[in-house]
Amino acid sequence: MSNTAVQTDSHAAHGPELLHHFVTAEQQRDTVSLAMWLFLATEVMFFGGMFCAYLIYRFWYYPEFAAGSRSLNIYLGTVNTVVLICSSLTVALGVRAAQMGKRKLLVVLLILTLILGLAFLGIKGVEWHDKYVEHHIPGSSFSAADLIRDYPQLHIDPHHAEMFFSLYFAMTGMHALHMVIGVGLFIYLTIKAWKGTYGPQYYTPVELGGLYWHFVDIIWIYLFPLLYLIDRKPLK
Amino acid sequence: MATAAVSAERENYLNREYGIRSWLLTTDHKRIALLYLVSITFFFFIGGFFALLIRLELLTPAGDLVLADTYNKLFTMHGQVMIFFFLIPSIPATLGNFLVPMMIGAKDLALPRINLLSWYLYIAGGALMLYAMLEGGVDTGWTFYTPFSTSFSNTHVVEAGLAIFIAGFSSILTGLNFVVTIHRMRAPGMTWSRLPLFIWAHYATSIIQLLGTPVLAITLVLVVLERTLHLGIFDPSLGGDPLLFQHLFWFYSHPAVYIMILPAMGVISEVLACFSRKRVFGYAAVAMSSIGIAVIGFLVWAHHMFVAGISLYAALVFSILSYLVAVPSAIKVFNWTATLYKGSISFATPMLYALGFIGLFTIGGLTGLFLAALGIDVHVTDTYFVIAHFHYIMVGGAVMGYMAGLHFWWPKITGRMYPEWWGRLAALIVFVGFNLTFFPQFILGYMGMPRRYWEYPPEFQILNVMSTAGSTILAVGYLLPMVYFMWSLRYGKVVGDNPWGAAGLEWMTSSPPPTFNFDETPEVTWEAYNYDQIPVPEEAWLE
Repeated sequence: MSNTAVQTDSHAAHGPELLHHFVTAEQQRDTVSLAMWLFLATEVMFFGGMFCAYLIYRFWYYPEFAAGSRSLNIYLGTVNTVVLICSSLTVALGVRAAQMGKRKLLVVLLILTLILGLAFLGIKGVEWHDKYVEHHIPGSSFSAADLIRDYPQLHIDPHHAEMFFSLYFAMTGMHALHMVIGVGLFIYLTIKAWKGTYGPQYYTPVELGGLYWHFVDIIWIYLFPLLYLIDRKPLK
Repeated sequence: MATAAVSAERENYLNREYGIRSWLLTTDHKRIALLYLVSITFFFFIGGFFALLIRLELLTPAGDLVLADTYNKLFTMHGQVMIFFFLIPSIPATLGNFLVPMMIGAKDLALPRINLLSWYLYIAGGALMLYAMLEGGVDTGWTFYTPFSTSFSNTHVVEAGLAIFIAGFSSILTGLNFVVTIHRMRAPGMTWSRLPLFIWAHYATSIIQLLGTPVLAITLVLVVLERTLHLGIFDPSLGGDPLLFQHLFWFYSHPAVYIMILPAMGVISEVLACFSRKRVFGYAAVAMSSIGIAVIGFLVWAHHMFVAGISLYAALVFSILSYLVAVPSAIKVFNWTATLYKGSISFATPMLYALGFIGLFTIGGLTGLFLAALGIDVHVTDTYFVIAHFHYIMVGGAVMGYMAGLHFWWPKITGRMYPEWWGRLAALIVFVGFNLTFFPQFILGYMGMPRRYWEYPPEFQILNVMSTAGSTILAVGYLLPMVYFMWSLRYGKVVGDNPWGAAGLEWMTSSPPPTFNFDETPEVTWEAYNYDQIPVPEEAWLE
């Protein structure tokens, strides 16, 4: 930041990706990277409100939360967790490919990430449909009759079970919305990468997109145990 | 000054380009600041209109001007418009947007396009809020308390909730931009200990915007989902807890008060130093107290719920923490007073507002301590005492600071001076009108008049008439600057770079500034507020 720059209205003095108000490309990269980290901090607070609600109600209504958790499909949930972790790997490799200037590899990795992301959303959709079939969607058609039948020893209050599913849909729904936004971002990145925009000199957007993607993954890493693994011990 | 004629000819951010496109697609922080200025002024007068209707209804003890339901909507929309569409963006989005890059010697904010996006989000949220109002309004109180908002209110809660959700992201993006800019865009030599206190105040404000606003956002989303899709997060009939809503709501909405007051405190530090020709006394203490307010301000929210059923021990802790947050505020007031001591004081309009701020903020702050005390709070909860207290902070504090700043930097923003005599008159009218409006409300509240009622016992009438009379005087005080500011755009005296003889990088470039703020990136070799090195200009407005 120590050198002074003469103002120009053209990009003659530097590459097209360096914006006028920055002095060096390094300053620009540091700046937008800090901005992304701060944005992710706001996202932590955003999800934090729901995690707070989850914590309180799980403490109050543990039997219903345990029964509700058991009714979720642990196999699909686990597969989805693996799918997301794999997508984080392809993103990380993609950033590396961009840094090394390997355009085709970058495009392939971005497309792989997209496929994995869409697979996650597809599996999530199947799970939501199962909940619809089981009348576990909160509202007038909600019924906890199956939980009451299956877990008589837990003395389930259907209202409290509805609280669990309210939180389940709020949290997984908000997470899925973030995934959809991520898919949109990655379609944009793939097109730009295809055109050869990114290389060793300029790969910040790939890095930032990657940060966002990892963040959405991490949210799921918390959601999976909190929602699916509350109590899976065999009941006596 | 000789520079006056020159700077009128020079290319600057206003005359560089013309036409509606050059404004709506601008990424220049100074132009975006003006876009915000116009937009928030619009909402200020809408919110003010609701306030006047409230005061007119309360002129007589009987509920005779509007229906009870209409009255509920009036105070709700007054609060929502004034807080989310005027006070939260007021100083940061206008003066902050304009000055943060200039004060640190940067060409623009770090993320200019994000800055423009934040204005469009504000406009989108504002449009949705207007739609909610025109469709029939909201009656939940600005606080959206559940289960009334989720299960019982038959007004436009969803629209208003989403409007505030969207406007919240505009606020987050402004805060994000400021933090990144202050970290990464400072000119050579502009170290943290040389930053103007306006910057420190905005840094602290931005932290609150970043960490608080998302919590309000998710809370409003949950309310909307509960109303539309019947999720049951706060619904007591399912075992949900309305108190949880209050915790989440106030986790943002109490620190939001500091989003409003901290930037005003930053303005006051600049103005007091300039018009007493001295470095701010205790620079480090004033800077750190801004951070202190931001940190402790996050830990006091449950003092809004002393009578809502939280445990006695929680209440005790929150009571103590609420006393603690008064300490950094007091540090500021004492240091400002010490700045005045043996200063060479002149009473220009910004200084009148600043002095008004100190007095009114002190009253507002001290009555806040009454409310932090558990015993007294039970007596005055939900009375006009609370109304008077927070209006002393928000109007007597934040709006006075905003007016001080607007007058102080008006010549920098426009290159022209407002009429000083009218400025001083308006400042006086605002001060008198404000106190006449709100001081009687302390007494009314202490006597037991509850807030949010459209009728009251006849023995309260005299104080209510005083309050209503004051509000009309206050309205004149706010309309006057509106008129003379617009007048000055055409007829105001053209000024030089530094009409006040003020310290700070923003005064070292031309008025209005060029698009990239400085012809050459400045190199800072001096401490902030070096008033011993700056001569006092011989200008009429300083007499």
